[in-house]
Amino acid sequence: MSDTPVLDVRALSVEFPGRHGTLTALDGISLSIQPGEILGVVGESGAGKSMTGLAVQGLLEPPGHIAGGEVHLAGRRIDRLSDRDMEKVRGAEIGAIFQDPLTSLNPLFSVGQQLIETIRQHLDLGRREARQRAVELLAEVGIPAPDERVDHYPHQFSGGMRQRVVIALALAARPKLIIADEPTTALDVSIQAQITALLRRLCDDHGTAVMLVTHDMGVIAETADRVAVMYAGRLVEIGPVVEVIGNPQHPYTAGLMGSIPELGARKPMLTQIDGSMPRLDSIPRGCAFNPRCPHVMEKCRTDRPELVVSGSGASACWLNDKEDVA
Amino acid sequence: MLVFILKRLFNAAMVMLAVAFLAFLIFRAAGDPVEIMANDQMSIEDKEALRDSLGLNDSFVTQYLRFVGNAARGDFGISYRNGQKVLGLIADRFPATMELVLVATILSLVIGIPLGVLTAIHRGRWHAEALQFVSIIGVSLPSFVVGILLILVFSVILGIAPAFGRGEVVDLGWWSTGLLTPSGRAALVLPAISLSLYQITLIMRLVRAEMMEVMRSDFVKFARARGVPRWRIQFRHALKNCLMPVITMTAMNVGALIAFALITETVFQWPGMGMLFIQAVTFLDIPVMAAYLCIISFIFVTLNTVVDIAYAVIDPRLRHATR
Repeated sequence: MSDTPVLDVRALSVEFPGRHGTLTALDGISLSIQPGEILGVVGESGAGKSMTGLAVQGLLEPPGHIAGGEVHLAGRRIDRLSDRDMEKVRGAEIGAIFQDPLTSLNPLFSVGQQLIETIRQHLDLGRREARQRAVELLAEVGIPAPDERVDHYPHQFSGGMRQRVVIALALAARPKLIIADEPTTALDVSIQAQITALLRRLCDDHGTAVMLVTHDMGVIAETADRVAVMYAGRLVEIGPVVEVIGNPQHPYTAGLMGSIPELGARKPMLTQIDGSMPRLDSIPRGCAFNPRCPHVMEKCRTDRPELVVSGSGASACWLNDKEDVA
Repeated sequence: MLVFILKRLFNAAMVMLAVAFLAFLIFRAAGDPVEIMANDQMSIEDKEALRDSLGLNDSFVTQYLRFVGNAARGDFGISYRNGQKVLGLIADRFPATMELVLVATILSLVIGIPLGVLTAIHRGRWHAEALQFVSIIGVSLPSFVVGILLILVFSVILGIAPAFGRGEVVDLGWWSTGLLTPSGRAALVLPAISLSLYQITLIMRLVRAEMMEVMRSDFVKFARARGVPRWRIQFRHALKNCLMPVITMTAMNVGALIAFALITETVFQWPGMGMLFIQAVTFLDIPVMAAYLCIISFIFVTLNTVVDIAYAVIDPRLRHATR
């Protein structure tokens, strides 16, 4: 862990000032991603997974804003940059993949035009060279007959092919980091596997780091190296995938794992977590998960647990606070 | 694409036949033209001969078909008022109206689209809100009031623009234009502004609404995430997606402008088709009225057809769907 992480997020908080007071959408998120590593970010809808990605890219919709913490990209702090400077970071150093390939491409421009636009925005290439690179990118993401397809419009591609085009756009300027927000959610299961395999391959080939935002634990288990579990805008557990899945430290993570169906496993019944995640304006005191936690203690209702490192991972739960127990 | 065009052309032809039928009905509704044309010295036989020569004794269907056939060849008969060929009368006036409408349309696009984009992307700032407020006035002021106010301010008080007429005209043989002489251009300014004011505000409000819609779409967010600069997203990615309804409205409104031009032409004494029509109404000059109806409808239908085809050119999705 001696080399500089590609992404280093420190105690990041995002707030939305509103008529009825300020909502805290992200509360002290800290995580880092090494070159060539895929970090999965999981959690229920509204847990702040996508928000983390947007905050890193400087794409929060006003009035949302970063209220605290720092974001470092390859050792350079980027959360204080102006919008103009962020335009040079987005696409060039951070690539993005959105959830729905049907709507993330502009229907009125050919995929080649959109690729060339992105390439020329960030790299000093002429028209012809940029087009050549666009064709290469399409080939790299596995689109057949790329020199022909480059002039086609988005509607002429299938959903899976469009997501490949989106990935090609994300790769256009060889970014160090790709933020993939639910890249497989809108796709067929068979296509999902192809896309995650593609991400994995690109990551290995180019040493690109990936932040893979998803609610699908299956995708995480197959693709990610490490996983961060989010709940109500907070990080509850982070660690290597094998450990987090095999030996979850936080009751919420355990609940999530219990709710994954397994082929061939003789689990009598899938467990479910009772209740639902609190709204941002009514997060309970102490541990945000305490009303739903099967192991809730008195302390959980009053004091908020901090993320504590144990072994190769970290979790935020009073159960793991060994010193306190001892 | 070819099938698509043929279908549109067939629709257009059907509409024109229906319009021609209505125009034809005017003749029958407005009484006996022979009584209007005849003078006191004509005998019953003379009148009957005239009626025969005009074909008024033929059956309804025959007369209608003859009317359509003649109209298709541009023959709308002769004016009841001065006995000149109707087509010639209209052809004389047509350039004046078209120049006025064309300049007004260009004005409304050139001013309306940028203002729409501006008010959309600067939403909430005082100058955008002020424009938005002023545009309400533009939409609600009737064009004759605008025309009279313009004359009052610029011709009567300031005396910097002519109040009526078309100025000097250069005759190009098939087209008489006022655009080539200084007095012709000066005479065009006030009527064109008066005619385009409503269009400007309409296009501005339309572009604004469309822009705000498109700027929320995923592909705009994705373009931001690719690092495309903000101005480029606004003026290239978003604006192109707004143009469809703007083109529809502009083309539809060219027809409406020709009709509105009737009022503007009256206010500014502009020698166009609108003035001709007003004169025809006062004299019950039915061939001129019928020809005006047919020609205006023809322009409307042509524009609609062109718009349909233009859609297919702009939006690749339509282009391929019809293959």
